[in-house]
Amino acid sequence: MSWISNVLGSSIGKKLLMALSGLFICFFLVIHLTGNLQLLAGDGGQAFNEYAKLMTSNPLIKFVSIGTYLVFLLHIIDGLMLVFANKKARPVKYAVGAKAGSSISSRNMGILGSIILVFLVIHLYNFWFVYKFGSMPTVDYGHGPVKDLYKVVAMAFANPAYVILYVLSMVAIAFHLIHGFASAFQTLGLNHAKYNGLIKIAGIAYSILIPLGFAIIPIYFYLVLA
Amino acid sequence: MKVKVKVWRQKNAKDKGGFKEYEVLTDPDSSFLEMMDVLNQDLLNKKEDPVAFDHDCREGICGACSMYINGQPHGPSKGTTTCQLHMRSFKNGDSITIEPWRASAFPVIKDLVVDRTAFDRIIQAGGYISVNTGNAVDANSIPIEKDKADEAFAAAACIGCGACVAACKNASAMLFVSAKVSHLALLPQGAPEADLRAAKMLNQMDEEGFGSCTNTQACEAMCPKEISIKHIARLNRQFFKSGFSGNQ
Ligand code: HEM
Ligand code: FES
Repeated sequence: MSWISNVLGSSIGKKLLMALSGLFICFFLVIHLTGNLQLLAGDGGQAFNEYAKLMTSNPLIKFVSIGTYLVFLLHIIDGLMLVFANKKARPVKYAVGAKAGSSISSRNMGILGSIILVFLVIHLYNFWFVYKFGSMPTVDYGHGPVKDLYKVVAMAFANPAYVILYVLSMVAIAFHLIHGFASAFQTLGLNHAKYNGLIKIAGIAYSILIPLGFAIIPIYFYLVLA
Repeated sequence: MKVKVKVWRQKNAKDKGGFKEYEVLTDPDSSFLEMMDVLNQDLLNKKEDPVAFDHDCREGICGACSMYINGQPHGPSKGTTTCQLHMRSFKNGDSITIEPWRASAFPVIKDLVVDRTAFDRIIQAGGYISVNTGNAVDANSIPIEKDKADEAFAAAACIGCGACVAACKNASAMLFVSAKVSHLALLPQGAPEADLRAAKMLNQMDEEGFGSCTNTQACEAMCPKEISIKHIARLNRQFFKSGFSGNQ
């Protein structure tokens, strides 16, 4: 099987893994956002809490979520490996740094990714870890107690520091994807004059709409509900 | 016109090196290299060591000239090599910083001269057609679609100067490798080995210590021959084909 590690370990192979894992995470974010938008249902959190229960108890979904953790890990480890290898390829920096010819996002994918990573750790600790391993308030909708994640979320989003952190992290994701979304297609070899424009527009639309959708929730909780 | 040039001076590969500033009196219609010639004559007159820099054809076809001028390989003019850059692209009194290409795969030999034999080794790894294809055949005796011929030709315009490596934040040679891969893959003589060639050349590129491609597109913007990154997409496709379905 050494051929697999040869192909995936090469510079293009590492980028193939980045592109596939990155696009998978883009897909995951759509699902995640659909779930989160139930926080705005105005039902005191019932829809969201029952959804959270389904997501953590259904065996098929559990299986898929383990896959998602692994894809995230792959993207992070592979991304950091690329960042370090690329730094090594230019040990002596230029006195006059290059700015022309490339976007700021594309030049700072590692930094943007690292900001997202810091957010990810805090985010998982606050919600995922507490839900799974912490002591949670419960609520009963008529068929036994359900963990009240809505309440935990509402408490977190009442904290202005957390809201700011959350919104800034969404900005980092937006910039990561302004370059990343279209870049992944180029990495996969999908560069064709007929479709490049479409990919670019879809990428910009995705990079603005999805992070905006996420960011609206803490802002709404903080300004309207709190 | 008078310009202030800040040039990287480094005696040899082991020397630490540093910048030195000179004033040069030059003509707006002279080329950048002619300005350097004037500077070197001044230095010789003063019995100082002239600035070492690579040059050969001085007409934009050999790829020898390599200077990183004010943050851009080959300077500010688009689609232009250093030898074809004119001093009229600058203003009287301008300061111009001149650095060598910076990449671990392109070590500095002296001043602005870097060792670009890594490119030769990449070509040796697969940038050829294995069988003798004979003399150049008569035009049109092998019909080739016009758009393919055009694209192969656009890729073949690569002069191997290394500006792509110099421009890339990762010092990646992907644009160079992809131009060589495309230019052979699109033509009937080169097509049979296209996938394997891509893999061999890419592996050599990795071995030489060039970085990987973040798709920033700085290479395309800085390439004196304006080679497109669509060739990089083709290199990727061919590499995947060879990696996942090839026999070797
Ligand atoms: C919201 C989560 C994330 C999404 C949707 C995402 C998506 C993407 C996409 C689509 C790409 C483009 C791949 C390509 O050029 O082929 C990319 C590149 C990259 N990502 Fe992420 N990413 C995320 C989080 C992270 C994190 C946490 C890191 C941590 C270090 C990271 C590091 C990188 C790096 C370094 C690159 C550039 C690799 C290169 O081209 O050299 N990303 N990402
Ligand atoms: S000296 Fe030949 S391309 Fe500049």
